[in-house]
Amino acid sequence: MATVKFDNATRIYPGNDTPSVDKLNIDIQDGEFLVLVGPSGCGKSTSLRMLAGLEEVNGGKIWIGDRDVTDMSPKDRDVAMVFQNYALYPHMTVADNMGFALKIAGVDKSEIRSRVEEAAKILDLTQYLERKPKALSGGQRQRVAMGRAIVRSPQVFLMDEPLSNLDAKLRVQTRTQIASLQRRLGVTTVYVTHDQVEAMTMGDRIALLKDGILQQCASPREMYDKPVNVFVAGFIGSPAMNLVTVPVVDGGVKFGNHALPVDREALAKAGKTVIVGVRPEDVEVTSNQDGLAITVELVEELGADAYVYGTPADKSIELESGDGGIKPFIARVDGRQVPMKGETIYVHPSADHMHVFNKETGVRL
Amino acid sequence: MALQITASRPDPALLDLPWRTPLEEWPDEILAALPRGISRHVVRFVHLSGRVLAVKEIKTDIAQREYELLRNLRRLDLPSVEPFAVVSGRETRDGMPLDACLITRHLPFSLPYRALYSQNLRKGTAVRLIDALAVLLVRLHLNGFWWGDVSLSNTLFRRDAGAFAAYLVDAETGELRARLSDGQREHDLDIARVNIAGELMDLEAGGLLQEERDPVAVSARILTRYHELWDALTGAELIEVGERWRVDDRIRRLNALGFDVDELAMTTDVDGTRIHIEPKVVDAGHHSRRLLRLTGLDVRENQARRLLNDLDAFRIGTGRNEQDEEQVAHAWLTEVYEPVTRTVPRELMGKLEPAEIFHEVLEHRWYLAERAQHDIPIMEALTDYIASVLPGKPDEATVVGTDTRELPVIAPGRID
Repeated sequence: MATVKFDNATRIYPGNDTPSVDKLNIDIQDGEFLVLVGPSGCGKSTSLRMLAGLEEVNGGKIWIGDRDVTDMSPKDRDVAMVFQNYALYPHMTVADNMGFALKIAGVDKSEIRSRVEEAAKILDLTQYLERKPKALSGGQRQRVAMGRAIVRSPQVFLMDEPLSNLDAKLRVQTRTQIASLQRRLGVTTVYVTHDQVEAMTMGDRIALLKDGILQQCASPREMYDKPVNVFVAGFIGSPAMNLVTVPVVDGGVKFGNHALPVDREALAKAGKTVIVGVRPEDVEVTSNQDGLAITVELVEELGADAYVYGTPADKSIELESGDGGIKPFIARVDGRQVPMKGETIYVHPSADHMHVFNKETGVRL
Repeated sequence: MALQITASRPDPALLDLPWRTPLEEWPDEILAALPRGISRHVVRFVHLSGRVLAVKEIKTDIAQREYELLRNLRRLDLPSVEPFAVVSGRETRDGMPLDACLITRHLPFSLPYRALYSQNLRKGTAVRLIDALAVLLVRLHLNGFWWGDVSLSNTLFRRDAGAFAAYLVDAETGELRARLSDGQREHDLDIARVNIAGELMDLEAGGLLQEERDPVAVSARILTRYHELWDALTGAELIEVGERWRVDDRIRRLNALGFDVDELAMTTDVDGTRIHIEPKVVDAGHHSRRLLRLTGLDVRENQARRLLNDLDAFRIGTGRNEQDEEQVAHAWLTEVYEPVTRTVPRELMGKLEPAEIFHEVLEHRWYLAERAQHDIPIMEALTDYIASVLPGKPDEATVVGTDTRELPVIAPGRID
């Protein structure tokens, strides 16, 4: 087990002007589960591969524990890419399926046996060790595959979109399994995904990248409660945070006709408008026409709650998605007081749970 | 959702396949016969318009990506299966979405390694398969293809004058780059080593491995063969100015390995006493291209080597040393090769490809001659071969490989 450190790690592909990973700095704690997340092309897989030794590092350094591995060959790094291409062999027992790679590495028989037994205990596979994979359920087979990585007892597990191929149900199951297993094993793990739900549910911390640049690296809670910029705000959370451009007034901002107080010092750094962010669950629907007028377009009933999707009645008001796109305004409302489609409702953020961002830079104020 | 078919030359008959049914439940009557194997996904083989097609059920984006990759590999003239179509937008009759299907053409006369092991094998088959895989991997790496999942299962083999030629089947985890780093190549090799060892151990556990040799030791051969070939093809060499013949020598050595040199970088050092040579672009198929030019026969590298040797023997044996090479080749084709391959009865044509039969007849003639202690005419050897050897061989024209039991264990890493 070990810490991992990206120290200004940079990757520029030949022929490119801009780095695919630009001065990445992350300190990963021993035993931590870190998720690299971001949209397509953000550099998350490249970062993982730099750590694995599969992409050259053009600038900066990468450390595993106190070893500088920047120029070390993949084999010597003592990391394991998990699930990358594991097949289960039908004629071999579960124990052999888990342990055969150690045989190649020259580990002796009794040592292999004891490592396999230990892994089987953790994976609840002890009673299946002498069976063939055919006799196992889907979930058990997956655990066998995990066992193959575990018996190698590497310093760091690396996983690159391991669930992208599974159907939705199996994805959720496997997600939980991997996360709980990682906690039991306590092996430092770096996990890549494009799916923020996966990131939020699995990671001790999340590192969100965009265009090769680290946006924020923090716990899921902090990413959710204190996104450092509009991009993070829009990326983390499902349904996503509402991001509305509103005018700055004396001592605050104006959300529709509702005045919201904002710290003067913060506002001093802003221009004439700011972006106000509010999560669907922090939207207050008012009864006295106080706030921003929203025309209801769709109501999604969830039982106790309902999501209301709409657009501002004032068409000049922009809603941003954090990545430049446009999307509806979403409010979570009490399932027993649901507005009708076509109705106009008035909304504003609850004062304790609003986020204010600089309109030009996108930075949190 | 509407069914979407991506194909360069779509066959309308594709629409007749039961796309609204999960692949696992496709009716037996449309399937080709199925030996079982291992794969992550459900794969089935179907007959369509006189062809055999492999159908693999995977996520739409992965299917599209693999389809494009396979097309690019074909454009680069790298040995791989031919992509046929992607069918997406599938749903069941009650509207449940189904994964897309990637369709590839079955490669005629190709053999999955498991099917090979279910035959009575010549000794050393594992080694020959690994040698073929090493050549394939080097060729892919020279062209910047990072496979990510090198294994015997993801490769198909065709007989090649007693040896094998390997073809890439599964490009799901692959990426095409401008150039691969040493770390990336080593990663592929490491995966190859582990997978091959696992596959051979599995055969051993199933009682299918007739050889005595330890799978772990055999699997190490992928490393040595790969490195030997890679170094021979790409290594730089320093020669004295007075030894310029060594440039030619290097090219000949590469030719002997079956490669042509399209570009060779030569630089002298500062004082001009030594020359640094380094092959920059090498191209596989030295012998098969030469045979194609001379005879129009399109066969594999070792088969071509064998046929060219026979052509040389023919030239000397018939005293045509002074004749133009093309003319001799034409005479050989009409007087030797074609009479042999055309004599094979139609019902035995599905056993082996013509060039492989020719190779076997040459081998057979050698055995007969050795036994008789005198030369045997080729047509006599052929008659004996057709009567005593060929009928006992399995049909290999459409050995459709590995049906699958889905082991939903893993997903490939993807580029972001």
